Amino acid sequence: MRPGLNKLQTGWHALQRDRRSVVITWLALGLILACLPFLTELSLGRSWVRILDFTLLYIMLALGLNIVVGYAGLLDLGYIAFYAVGAYLYALLASPQFGLHWPVWAILPLGALVAGVFGVLLGAPTLKLRGDYLAIVTLGFGEIVRIFLNNLNTPYNITNGPQGISQIDPIQIGGIDLHQTQHLLTLTIPSTHLYYYLFLIFTLLIIFVSIRLQDSRIGRAWIAIREDEVAASAMGINTRNIKLLAFAMGASFGGISGGLFAGFQGFISPESFTLFESIIVLCMIVLGGMGNIAGVILGAILLTIFPEALRYLGEWQQLLLGRVWVDPNDLRLLIFGLALVLSMIFHPAGLLPSTRRARELHARRSILAQEQDSLYEQQR
Amino acid sequence: MNNSVESRDTSNPLLVVQEVNKSFGGLTALSRVSLQIQSNEIFGLIGPNGAGKTTLFNIITGLYSADGGEVNLAGQALLRCKPHVIVQHGLARTFQNIRLFANMTALENVMVGRHVRTHRGVVGAIMRNTSTRKEESAIRAQALQLLDEVDLATAAEHLAKHLSYGDQRRLEIARALATEPKLLALDEPAAGMNPSETLDLQQLLRKIRASGITILLIEHDMRLVMQLCDRIAVLDYGKKIAEGSPAHVQQHPLVIEAYLGGNLA
Repeated sequence: MRPGLNKLQTGWHALQRDRRSVVITWLALGLILACLPFLTELSLGRSWVRILDFTLLYIMLALGLNIVVGYAGLLDLGYIAFYAVGAYLYALLASPQFGLHWPVWAILPLGALVAGVFGVLLGAPTLKLRGDYLAIVTLGFGEIVRIFLNNLNTPYNITNGPQGISQIDPIQIGGIDLHQTQHLLTLTIPSTHLYYYLFLIFTLLIIFVSIRLQDSRIGRAWIAIREDEVAASAMGINTRNIKLLAFAMGASFGGISGGLFAGFQGFISPESFTLFESIIVLCMIVLGGMGNIAGVILGAILLTIFPEALRYLGEWQQLLLGRVWVDPNDLRLLIFGLALVLSMIFHPAGLLPSTRRARELHARRSILAQEQDSLYEQQR
Repeated sequence: MNNSVESRDTSNPLLVVQEVNKSFGGLTALSRVSLQIQSNEIFGLIGPNGAGKTTLFNIITGLYSADGGEVNLAGQALLRCKPHVIVQHGLARTFQNIRLFANMTALENVMVGRHVRTHRGVVGAIMRNTSTRKEESAIRAQALQLLDEVDLATAAEHLAKHLSYGDQRRLEIARALATEPKLLALDEPAAGMNPSETLDLQQLLRKIRASGITILLIEHDMRLVMQLCDRIAVLDYGKKIAEGSPAHVQQHPLVIEAYLGGNLA
């Protein structure tokens, strides 16, 4: 036992010594995040700040899906439904649709709760399913929610059908309307920047919750279920409840993110919640590194920003080749798909694999040696 | 080392299996199997391949449902309980073909075993309040202690799938022990082990028994079974054909017939 413990202890001491540099790193990161919208606007223009806002929304979504897919190993292809539930809840409770104008601090927790309930509703009938079967059922669930939203305009008009809901109240916090440009001392803060800061706070909150859950009794139970469900239940884990918990937690992240999206956009329609969106969010966590929070964040950033950057393909062609040869919109998705395929070939575990997988790669050599040893022993 | 067999208290059985039946389609896997395991004994379950040992095992631990009969652990009916409830009642198991959480470290594997005896949920995990932190460090300390007991402390941070075969077997035992079982059920723990590993295992099982845990052992390694077990039951074609001390079972004509074939007798 001593060597193992000693190793852990030296590791801990090294961590303490590094604490100062850790603090400095975090301060620098905080400063960058705080200045990011202004820097972005200066260098790339206002529209890119909007893209930043969406990036944060997608990070929240990806982290939510990561709990279901990355931790608990339950392949969910209908995740965007929870985003839709959060968004529509916000839209219905804060728009002229029903003449309700609830404050945002009341709607968002409710959105998280209702989305969580929907998560359980999806989870309950799929408890015995895994892998591709689960994927098909969840895919169906996602589509059902979207089609419901599309058709709930008759006989009673609830969702306004395919026209969607418009004039959704902007998010107001402490009397500050985030849709209006605000002035702070000499600083002028446009609406996109305000939303950036709001989304940043929620993103950090969700990252925090994700980290805390990961290193907990519940997080271990999720991973155990992903690794071997039968063994997990034979170790006393109530797989039904723990799986439902994963569905509910993941869905509630989606619900919060959806509510923020509705307030930000001011208009939502079923078109925003297609299967394609579910797949993009899934791509984010697969590309980034399933089960690893940093990887998932990276995946979400890349997959939100990359397709937007590719919109400049036309300009680049003009610049480099003298004229636009291929319609940038056609080329955009082609390159996007190609990039995904290539990254999966060269980084099958994701760009930032979870430490488990990293360890796996590091240990591969010694394992080979071990296997040879055991073969040798068996031959003897 | 094989002492105190006769003096063991037989009035208070820990596990009672009564008239358990199980068939898969037309195939009878178990027919009216009954056994009693006394507190703090090492009980062996042997039989030729396909005799129904693992089926009985899976019924006792809740993975299969029985067609009839009763199973009681310290007075608690186990049939129709979910596997995780059975663990709660104090019955932990290992698997014939190792089922560790392959991509978790050895330490994490054992920590998962503590799940059933700990309680902090989502809120505690997010808040990480004092009671959660206390529970978490207790889980870690207990898991390390158990790893130490099975000689795996140095491998605490290794992924389970990277451990050698014998280490994986012992890790599975440590993980099962983490659930604080009254009865530890081992399905062929020595399978694939070399003689020196088997010897270590034998010591380990004695140590576990000495700590007050009853052991149910399915095993093909006859030397191990005969040296280790206080009592043995023999299954053949889903029926119990003999039960008793190792010496008694070894002499039993039906057992000899089952293992060597009827024609030889």
